[in-house]
Order: sequence, then C-alpha cells, then structure tokens
Amino acid sequence: MTAPPTKADEHLLRELAPQVLGAIVRRYGNFAAAEDAVQEALLAAAMQWPDEGVPDNPRAWLIQVAARRMTDQLRSEIARRRRETEAHRQEPPDADLAPPPEDAELAEHDDTLLLLFMCCHPVLTPASAIALTLRAVGGLTTAEIANAYLVPEATMAQRISRAKQKIKDSGVPFAMPTEQESEERLVSVLHVLYLIFNEGYASSIGEELQRSDLVTEALRLARAVHGLLPDDGEVAGLLALMLLTDARCAARTGADGELIPLVKQERSLWDRALIDEGVALISATLSRGSIGAYQLQAAIAAVHDEALRVEDTDWPQILALYGLLERMSDNPMVTLNRAVAVAMVHGPRAGLELLATLAGDPRLRDHYRLAAVRAHMHEMAGDADAAVADYLAAARRTASVPERDYLSTQAARLAATRR
Amino acid sequence: MKYILMMQFPLASWRTQRLDLWPKQDQKAHLEFLKRFNQELVAAGEFVRTEGLGGPEQMKIVRASKSAAPAITDGPFPESKEVLAGYWVIDVETPQRAYELAARASAAPGRGGEPLDMPIEVHPVMFSKACGDV
Repeated sequence: MTAPPTKADEHLLRELAPQVLGAIVRRYGNFAAAEDAVQEALLAAAMQWPDEGVPDNPRAWLIQVAARRMTDQLRSEIARRRRETEAHRQEPPDADLAPPPEDAELAEHDDTLLLLFMCCHPVLTPASAIALTLRAVGGLTTAEIANAYLVPEATMAQRISRAKQKIKDSGVPFAMPTEQESEERLVSVLHVLYLIFNEGYASSIGEELQRSDLVTEALRLARAVHGLLPDDGEVAGLLALMLLTDARCAARTGADGELIPLVKQERSLWDRALIDEGVALISATLSRGSIGAYQLQAAIAAVHDEALRVEDTDWPQILALYGLLERMSDNPMVTLNRAVAVAMVHGPRAGLELLATLAGDPRLRDHYRLAAVRAHMHEMAGDADAAVADYLAAARRTASVPERDYLSTQAARLAATRR
Repeated sequence: MKYILMMQFPLASWRTQRLDLWPKQDQKAHLEFLKRFNQELVAAGEFVRTEGLGGPEQMKIVRASKSAAPAITDGPFPESKEVLAGYWVIDVETPQRAYELAARASAAPGRGGEPLDMPIEVHPVMFSKACGDV
C-alpha cells in the first residue's frame, strides 16, 4: 500500500515542476515529449516519496527520472525510424543517445520564465494557454485542471496536446526572446494569470471549492513571476491586485451564496494580512515612479481595502486613479467605474452625465453593468421609478445567477418603498 | 465558455419521420455523423457531454400542487412545436464557434441522406455544478 503524498511533497513537486521541465527541454529540445516525461516523473515521485522518503536532491532525482524516460522514448523512436528506413542507414544524432551531464549552472529561474513565455505564447488561444500553463508551469495534473474547469479529462487532455502541437508547429524556440519581444510576451503571461485568477474568483461563489484552487494557483504563479522579476512594476501590480481582491473573498457572499457588493460588505471579514501585503507591495512599486494598468487597478483596490468603514473611502483619490487608468486603456468599463467615483465625489447627476456618453458604445450598450450602475445613480438621486426600471433591465441582461438575484432584489426593495 | 446545444425535433413529424422509422442505411449514416461529430469535439478539446433523450411517447410533465398530489400528465405540452431529442454541452472560445457547431449539428443527415436542418437551440451555460460542490 502506497501512502498518499503529503501536502509538503505536493508543494515541493509543484515548485520543482517548471524547473525540471526547463532542464529537460533545454537538454532534449522537444517540448511536447519533455512535458509528458516530466509528468511521469512527478507521478513516480508522488508514488515513491511517501514510502521511501524525499531524496536528498529532489530536483536532480526528478530530472534523472524524466531524462531516463526521454531517452527510452528517443531510443524506441530511433529504433522505429531505423526499421522504417533500413536502406538509408540513417545515424541518430549523438546528442539523442548521450545527453550531456546536467549543467549545475543552469539558471532554474530563467527556465520557469522561459516556460511561462512558451505556454502563454500569443499563437495560443487563451483557453489553451491557460491549460498548458497550469500543467507545465503549475504542475497540476490534467485531471485537476479538467476538474477546475468542469470538463471531462479527455477534453482537457486534447486541449493540452493541441496546445503543445501548436507550439511545435510554430517553431517557438526555447530561448529568451529579445528584450522588446520579452515585454510583449510578459503582457500575455500576466493576462493568462489574470484570467486564471478571475475564473476562480468570479465563480467561487458559495461552496465551489475546486474553483478557489484556481485563485490559489494564480496567486502562486504570480508570486513566482514576481520572485523572478522583482523590479517589474506590472508584475508587482498584478500580484498586489490579486492579493487585495482575494482579501475580500470571505465578505463577498452571504450565508445563502448571494452576492454582497463592496460598499455593503462586512469589512471585519476582510483578510488584514493579505491587505497589508498587497498595500505594502503596491506602495513600494508606485513609489519607484512606475505606472501601468495592473498597478493602477491594484492602487484602486488598495484605497478601498484601506477604508475600515465604507464612509471612510477616499473617493477623490479613486476618481484620480480611474482618470489615469482611463488615459492608458481604451476600455469603456474603466469609464463606467470612473462614473461611479464621479457620482461619489460630485453627486449622482454628474455621474449620470458621464454614463450618458457611454450609452452609444457598442461594447457596453447592452452590458448589464451599465444598467446596474445607472440604476444605482438614479436611486442616489431619488428617482425610484428610473432606478427600478434599470435594476430590472440589468437583471435581465446578466449571465450570473447571484448577480441576477441581487439586482432583482434591489428592484423589489425599491418598488416596495414606493407603494 | 460553455454552451448547451439542444436538438429540437419537429413534433408534428415525430410519428412518421423519427430516426427508427428511417431506412437502415440512413439511420447508420446519421449515427455515424453523430459519432464523427463527437469525436471531433473531443479532439478539439471542446466536448463536455452529450445525451439522447426518450421520445414524446415516453415523456411526462410533472407539476406540484399545494392542495393535491403532484399531477403527472403525458407530455409534451399540446402547444409545443418541437420536442427535445438530445443535447450537447460544449466548451468553446467564442459564441461564434458555438453557432458554427450548432449549424453543423442542424445539418445532420436525415432520411435519404438529406440534411435535417432541424432547429438547434443554443444557450450559454450560466453555472455548472459537479458532484463535489453540491
């Protein structure tokens, strides 16, 4: 009977996964085969270590097992090719059969970053990049990823193997891109991590524990990237944004899983340790004079999180931050959020005026958030009829059950006060 | 993004046009189409699940009542024009891809190999629950 892997083993394996994969890809070059070999090595470790104990050098152990698997694969591949091309007597390249000894100087850090760049390559669709990142860099099994996204394991396995095939076809080398390319790739990496976090956060309503694993994983990966690139402002900004958002998790839903908006949350439920960490991180980053969209979003989250009571919220500062963010991005959702801040600072009429400029934007026109925010401002302005109509319009348009319930409840509450 | 594609078979022609009344080779062509379609969905990493349902003669409508035992009546509703014959749940990148797959399912071969062109209802899935989280 094999003992189940301990939490500590699991943590160690996930930590080592990208480093081992990096070393194997570097040595053999074949990313797809290397990824399979490393998964097998991780599996072997999960089976053997609980009984036999963790080896003195776990990284070297994993590299050795994965390398042996790679060599076996290459041998059988070469044997097959030999049989097929007997007449040609094609000699296999030496490197395939006799891998050089592990270079102790290999920068493991670079490997993790290279893998992220590879897995989040722009040739991949977001869904493929997410799946591949979680497996190759996050060290999750295909079954775990399938579970988190609620699809069958075979479907997720296909998604991963197609992603690997696409990388192979596109000929992306396992090498550090040029400086300018690096910057573009980092944007993709951060976007993928952001999507993983959001998928977990937005749907981890109530008891859906599997989904909150995605939050944990996104945070772990963002921490790893921040560890590799401590001076990058946007990396720090994304990590801070995740910390400051996750800090409110416990206050975000009520006893029946219903959604509680920021202004009505029980702030004593917020996680102070996460807030302190996030605030320290974003403050240090901004004080270096660095600026970017993730940093600004983190700064806004920090201002909210620092207010112990909702009435202590520093709305003028939030308004200024949204103004900066609006200048950096062509995203009507940012303007929508700025309108909320405008209403809080200059009153609901000013907020409604800004909202009116968004009514023609095709990206937002039919979005439930526009109607929901307008409803709230009408309510602030004392126009209950208009507020009820907009709350109901918003409830009809949302695709989220908790959101819909919240908006319908608002409409019903206001309608009741009018009678 | 997950979608459910619901195969709506025209109720009026169920008695005369349903699958098991087709010539054997047409049935075979239809089932082979479905098999290929499903395999393609798996290969594309888009398959979540599919199920075929019993016909209208096996269908009941159950309605609870405050004052009496739940009423169980033969379905479907008299005013229904279609009956749900089966469905797929798919996980795709864009709504356009869901519509594209629905169009292919709609054109599944029917009697004489002619496309069925049956309506496929496409709904986004708002939330999913697995055994573990209920």
